[in-house]
Amino acid sequence: MPRNFTPKVITANALIAGDAVWFTADNTWSPRISEAELITDEAHADLRLLEAQAHQHEIAGAYLADAKEGANGPEPTHFREAFRTRGPSNYAHGKQVEL
Amino acid sequence: MYAYNDFDEAFVRTRVAQFRGQVERRIDGSLTEDEFKPLRLMNGLYLQLHAYMLRVAVPYGTLNPAQMRQLAYIADRWDKGYGHFTTRQNIQYNWPKLDDVPDMLEALADVEMHALQTSGNTIRNVTADHFAGASADEIEDPRPVAELLRQWSTDHPEFQFLPRKFKIAVSGAKHDRAVTKAHDIGVRMVHNDAGEAGYEIIVGGGLGRTPMVGKVLRAFLPREELLAYCEAIVSVYNLLGRRDNKYKARIKITVHENGLEKMQELVEARFAEIRKGFTGFDQELLQQIERAFAAPAFVSKSTASFEAARLANPAFRSWADTNLAAHKAPGYAIVSISIKKHGQTPGDATSDQMRVMADLAEKYGHSELRISHEQNVILPHVHQADLPAVYAALRAADLATANIGLVSDIIACPGMDYCALATARSIPVAQEIATRFDELKIEHEIGELKIKISGCINACGHHHVGHIGILGLDRAGVENYQITLGGDGTETTTIGTRAGPGFSADDIVPAIERLVTGYLDLRQDAGETFLQAYRRLGMEPFKAILYPAEDKANAA
Repeated sequence: MPRNFTPKVITANALIAGDAVWFTADNTWSPRISEAELITDEAHADLRLLEAQAHQHEIAGAYLADAKEGANGPEPTHFREAFRTRGPSNYAHGKQVEL
Repeated sequence: MYAYNDFDEAFVRTRVAQFRGQVERRIDGSLTEDEFKPLRLMNGLYLQLHAYMLRVAVPYGTLNPAQMRQLAYIADRWDKGYGHFTTRQNIQYNWPKLDDVPDMLEALADVEMHALQTSGNTIRNVTADHFAGASADEIEDPRPVAELLRQWSTDHPEFQFLPRKFKIAVSGAKHDRAVTKAHDIGVRMVHNDAGEAGYEIIVGGGLGRTPMVGKVLRAFLPREELLAYCEAIVSVYNLLGRRDNKYKARIKITVHENGLEKMQELVEARFAEIRKGFTGFDQELLQQIERAFAAPAFVSKSTASFEAARLANPAFRSWADTNLAAHKAPGYAIVSISIKKHGQTPGDATSDQMRVMADLAEKYGHSELRISHEQNVILPHVHQADLPAVYAALRAADLATANIGLVSDIIACPGMDYCALATARSIPVAQEIATRFDELKIEHEIGELKIKISGCINACGHHHVGHIGILGLDRAGVENYQITLGGDGTETTTIGTRAGPGFSADDIVPAIERLVTGYLDLRQDAGETFLQAYRRLGMEPFKAILYPAEDKANAA
C-alpha cells in the first residue's frame, strides 16, 4: 500500500551563500518557507522537483520536505526543517537575525 | 615543527588554483552540483544545514603561532569571527561563502595549511597525542611518524577512492591519549623484549553505527617497516573492503567479516610483496622530519613564583591543579586551555581568543600549540615560572576555565545546529549540562568524568567511549537522547553499554544530574572515579538511578 502523500515544499541551499531557500510558485527561490509553494499532489511534486533541480546555477541539493499550511503560508512539520528556517541554537546567526 | 619544502608548497598552491577554477566553473554553470560535489569534498568543503562548512586540517593537531593567527584572520575576514575545533584535531568554519573559499584556501597555503583529504573516502588527517613531545610518559614524539604518514597518504594515487574514509592515529606514550583503538589504524610506540623501539599496529577500530575496539594486527613492527606495512594494510582493505554497502565499508567490518587471522595473512603477503619497493628513502625523509621536530631549548629557572602564586591565589591553584599535566622537562608544565567555558559551545574559539593563545605560545610556550581531540587547545611547553602570567592572560580572554577532565569538559559534535547528517542537536545539551553543574558547584568534587555527546549514530562526538555517552536521535519526529555508560577511550578502550530507553530534550539534563549525583552516593570514597565505580558495581545501580519510576512500577 502506498503511503498517503503529505504536503511538501521544495527546499535547497543557495549556491553561493549556502543558506536554506524554498521554491516558490513563481519559480524563484526565497529565504522564507512562508513564501514557498505548498504542494499537495504527488505527481505535481515530482514534476516541480525536476523543475527546481534545473536551477543549478542558483541552488544545490533540492529536495522535497514535509510542510503544512500555516497562518502565513507553509510551515515546517519536522524539527530539522524548522531549524533550517531559523539557524543554529547556540548563536544568533543565520535567518533568525538576518531576515 | 615541520616546514613545507618546495614540493609541498607547489603541491598545495596547485590544488588551490585547481579548486579556484572548479568553483568558477560551478558558478558559471559549467559544472552541476553532482559533478562539483566530489571536487569540493576533496578540498574539505561541505554543504550543511545553514551554509557551507570548510574543514581545515591541523596535521596531528600541531600549530605554530603564525598559523593560529591566520586561522583568526580567516575567521574575521570570511566567516563570523570564530572557529570550531573538532574531535579530529581540525578546525571548521561554519559560514563560508562558496566564492570566498578559494581565497580562504590561499590564505591557509600562506601559512602551510590546507583542507585536503578532510573529507571523502581517503586517508584523513593523521591524528596524534596532543601532548606529543612534552608528556612525561612518552617513549618517543609521535609527530615525525605522523608527518611521514601524512606525506605518504596525501594524494597517494592508490588510495584516493577507498571503500570508505580511513583514519590513522599515532601515540608515542604509555598512556593512550589519541584513542588509537578506535581508529582504522592505530600506531602505538612500544619496546620489544630486546629493548628496541618499534610499533604495535592496531587495526579495525572505529565508532559510528557499529562500534569496534581495534585489534592488534602486529604486536611489534620494526620502525623502518612502518610505511610499507601501512601501505600493505590499506592496499588489502582497498580490494577486500565492501563497496556494496556504505554501512559495511569501513575496515572494522572487513576485519570483523574476514577475521583477524585472514587479515594478518593477507597483509603479511602483501607486505612481503611491496616492502622491497621501499628502498630506505622514507627513512631518510623520516630523519629530516625528526630534525624538524627537535625538542625546544628548555630553560632552567626558579619555580618559586609558581609556588607563591599557588599559595596566594585559590583560583590560580584550582586552575593549576586541574588544567596542568606533567611535562618531561624539569620545571615545565603542559597547559590545557579549556575551550569549554560553562555554557559556551564546546570547541568554539573567537578570533580574539585565537590571537591571545598564539601570543602566549610565542611568549611563553616555545611557539607551539596543539588542538586536542577533546576540543581544547594545548600549550605543550610552558615553564612553571611563567604560569601566573599565562593564567592572567587567559583569564582576561575568558579562557581560564578550570575544568579539564571534569564533567563540563564535554566533547560534543556540531549536531543538528549545523550538520546535515545529524538526527538531533548536541551543542545545547552540552551547554545545559555544563551550566547546571557549574550552578551546583560540585564538579571538582565529582572528579574525573568524561561526557561525550553525538548528534547522530556516526559518533563524531565519540559517545561510545565516554564514561557517560549521549546519543541524540530522531524518534518519531522528536529529539531523543540515549545514554551509554562505561565507555573508555584510553589504552583500556571499552565501548559503553546502553542504559535503557532514551530521554526527551527536556529530560536529558535532569537525567545526567541524577546519574552523577547518584554516583557520589555510590562511590567508595572520593578517589573512586565514575568509571571505576561503574566497573565495580555494574550497570544496575546506575540504571536504578536513571529510571526510578520504572523501579517502582516493577515493585508494584
